[in-house]
Amino acid sequence: MRRVRGFGHFWWDFVVGDDWRAAAGVVVAIGATASFAGGGVDAWWLIPAAVAAVLWLSVLRASR
Amino acid sequence: MTAGFLIAAAFLASAVEFVEALTIVLAAGVSRGWRSALAGLGAATLVLAVIVAALGPALTRIPISALRLLVGALLLTFGLQWLRKAILRASGFKALHDEEAIFARELEEARAARGEQRAGLDWYGFTLAFKGVLLEGLEVAFIVITFGSAQGRIALAALGAGAALVLVAVVGVLVRAPLSRVPENTMKFAVGAMLTTFGIFWATEGAGAHWPGEDAALPGVLAFVLALSFSAVATLRRRRVALA
Repeated sequence: MRRVRGFGHFWWDFVVGDDWRAAAGVVVAIGATASFAGGGVDAWWLIPAAVAAVLWLSVLRASR
Repeated sequence: MTAGFLIAAAFLASAVEFVEALTIVLAAGVSRGWRSALAGLGAATLVLAVIVAALGPALTRIPISALRLLVGALLLTFGLQWLRKAILRASGFKALHDEEAIFARELEEARAARGEQRAGLDWYGFTLAFKGVLLEGLEVAFIVITFGSAQGRIALAALGAGAALVLVAVVGVLVRAPLSRVPENTMKFAVGAMLTTFGIFWATEGAGAHWPGEDAALPGVLAFVLALSFSAVATLRRRRVALA
């Protein structure tokens, strides 16, 4: 059990890292872009905008 | 353009990881003997080769749009971690990565550890080198597989990583000391920016949107990520001065 937990922790740390909110923001932005694309809207600008917001919020939070 | 960008990104990312792995292998070799350290290095390299050989071809069977979505999302979360740490280091909110200090700490811990012989090897030295190379190498494998598969050019990404491995190994053998003169923090910043750029690009394409100018948009995305990062560093530096 401890090994399974350790394995899961390793991959969580590897992919998500210190700030899960940043990873969640990225997933939401990708989902929204896909929804727009499904509705015929080419929202290529959405993910860069989300990355800017997520990164700023993340570093500002870490610098408090 | 994209091929050069791909090789450069794989080379830089891999070089950073190999420098860190070299520090650990050196600490294991100097403190516990080279036989065990090199056996650990060889065993980890074998495990990594098996992982790349198994995952690389498996990924090429996934349809390219789904692959780009998956790879884009992974690279974006992974790249944002690197970039976040690089911005915090550059603005003084996180300690700079120091290979000499890490080497000294690893050396002290390895010298203090008890000796245990298994299969004719010093077990501590073997596992220290094995774990260090495997963990740093996994990041290289992840980058090579994701970068390469999303563009259908795993060989090009592997070429960049291979060149970094040869360079770091040759310099490491010649110097026999941690490569503290490598501008590692600057390289980590560049790698974070590249990973995030590729992540933004492929996640957008994978989600079904299309970049104006297609591949020609890539330098524009990189410029955007760099501008974002530098402005974050400048703001955080001012904040740090205000807090002092």
